[in-house]
Amino acid sequence: MKNLSKLFSIIILIIVSYSYSFAAEKAEYLKTDWSFKGLFGKFDRASLQRGYQVYTEVCASCHSMKYLSYRNLAEPGGPEFSEAQAKAIAASFEVTDGPNSDGEMFTRPGKLSDKFVMPYDNVKAAQAANGGAYPPDMSVLVKARGGGVDYIYSLLQGYEEAPSNVSLDDGVYYNKFMYGNKIRMAAPLSDGLVEYGDGTNATVEQMSKDVTTFLMWSAEPHLEARHQMGFKAIVYLIILTILVYFSMKKIWSRVESEV
Amino acid sequence: MSDHDYRPKSKVGQWFNDRLPLLTLANHLTDYPTPKNLNYWWTFGGILTFCLITQIVTGLTLAMHYIAHADMAFESVEHIMRDVNYGWLIRYIHANGASMFFLAVYIHIFRSLFYGSYKSPREIIWILGIIIYLLMMAAAFMGYVLPWGQMSFWGATVITNLFSAIPLVGEGIVTWLWGGYSVDNPTLTRFFTLHYLIPFLILGLVVLHIWALHVPGNNNPVGIDIKKPSKDTVPFHPYIVIKDGFALLMFMIVFAFFVFYAPNILGHADNYIEANPMVTPAHIVPEWYLLPFYAILRSVPDKLLGVVAMLSAILILAVLPWLDTSKIRSAVFRPLYKQFYWILVADVLILGYVGAMPAEGLYLLIARVATAYYFLHFLIILPVLGFKEKTIPVPLSITEPVLGGSPNLAAARNKESKLE
Repeated sequence: MKNLSKLFSIIILIIVSYSYSFAAEKAEYLKTDWSFKGLFGKFDRASLQRGYQVYTEVCASCHSMKYLSYRNLAEPGGPEFSEAQAKAIAASFEVTDGPNSDGEMFTRPGKLSDKFVMPYDNVKAAQAANGGAYPPDMSVLVKARGGGVDYIYSLLQGYEEAPSNVSLDDGVYYNKFMYGNKIRMAAPLSDGLVEYGDGTNATVEQMSKDVTTFLMWSAEPHLEARHQMGFKAIVYLIILTILVYFSMKKIWSRVESEV
Repeated sequence: MSDHDYRPKSKVGQWFNDRLPLLTLANHLTDYPTPKNLNYWWTFGGILTFCLITQIVTGLTLAMHYIAHADMAFESVEHIMRDVNYGWLIRYIHANGASMFFLAVYIHIFRSLFYGSYKSPREIIWILGIIIYLLMMAAAFMGYVLPWGQMSFWGATVITNLFSAIPLVGEGIVTWLWGGYSVDNPTLTRFFTLHYLIPFLILGLVVLHIWALHVPGNNNPVGIDIKKPSKDTVPFHPYIVIKDGFALLMFMIVFAFFVFYAPNILGHADNYIEANPMVTPAHIVPEWYLLPFYAILRSVPDKLLGVVAMLSAILILAVLPWLDTSKIRSAVFRPLYKQFYWILVADVLILGYVGAMPAEGLYLLIARVATAYYFLHFLIILPVLGFKEKTIPVPLSITEPVLGGSPNLAAARNKESKLE
């Protein structure tokens, strides 16, 4: 028994130290409280809705989100807009559909079942419009970066005047959290850039937090369901383990040997 | 198969069993005499069976939704994560299940190394195990390619390129493996096919592995041959079943923690970026369970010799029963071997660590020393130790020392409790 618990603690220690050795190579990221972390972590709905606003008004002009559909905005565990709101959001976008019976492509207002409309037709068009740099798709961006949410949150606030010994080309900006400190995206946020419907003060810090929360959800739309199920599963397993432990003790008491 | 005659009670049972002795097999499996002193390190065989079945079941389910095409694979994985009912759960179990599988297999292998389970008469069990381990690595590597992320693509490129080190025919073999002149759609579809096939090969080998085990029976912490059945054994059911079950539940708690609370911690972030042949990631690293061998590969300056070293590091295990010249199985009675054993454990962990680091400077030096020591352990230390080591006297049976209060066992207990 002692042996086994020691074994499992060693296992966890090794794995955690391995993963830390990967994580601990970058600058210290800015910290904030994420409501979705921890055993019972859930998204802050208001923050998700504000985050969607920042995404759609600021990021979406360059960054696609091709794996999301408008229906996702009304689904449980997400921003949870009402269905009517989500429909209205979808309808505010022009979607190319077709071909129709005449063989022509046509545009129509978006529906819930449509994927998020992309800012550019293809990668080449995106690069052409952005001086050769491709603005990455944001659907799973948080999971595609080493530091995750802390990295994105920091990056958005990491723009600075370049130190005198760093020379920057045209269209390249200095960001203290970017790998190599050079980034092709100009500082996307400035105080008061969007006007929040709920009266929240749209500081850069606030918008960074909101949009990063939104990106966490877009990358892990079932995060809340996962946390809820995880807690139940682990509690169930622990209770079962205890019951099996006593059954085992009982069964093994028939032989003069230790378990 | 069974040592004793078994006859079903019912007429129907007898009729059936005379024609296909499945009931005899079931009886053999439940009555199978098992040493009663098996500790928790012995529960990982059952845990591994659970891991294999979990991977097969979740894998089949994923394959119903996955699309093995270079243009659609990444998207189909996102489809599974978002729109398939509980697809996220199935995929996270499968992805973390691979890590759990390797965690368990490493413990299983190192248990065998500590207690000398590979020694006569269990060499075939051990060699079958090494083949299973090799197939597991192949399956895991190809499985990692399927999501078609950046690490999938570049990992596949690096590993398949190793074959180009073979003189004369190397380049041809690589083109043949790829099905083209770079890793592309033909590579993906064949990897998917093989990834689907290998687990069933493993399943077949596991049956042989267990069959071969049931001939001599389990080794045990004291490492002595025991009479079966005797006072030293208990029937597999219910004693071992419940104990394996308990250990499996503990294991599942750890498993569940990863699946539900840290599902991506063991993966690499770059694999959430769709494969792009035009952009090479800054560091190409394999999954954690392959890192020690990756370190060995990179520690040799020559490409061909690096590949040879890496393969030898695994294949050397297959001849281990003949490299280890000691007649004593359990390290409990081998004071020197026990120390070298723990040095080897540390050595492999160090190799794993430097395998994750860039191959330069101090890391490269450490990798080289650790690689050299790895081979030193198997090629020099083990053969010599068998002749030089002064071992502790081994008890005659598991129960003997308990009943007789022999000093040998006192020594054994003492050593074991130090281990704990």
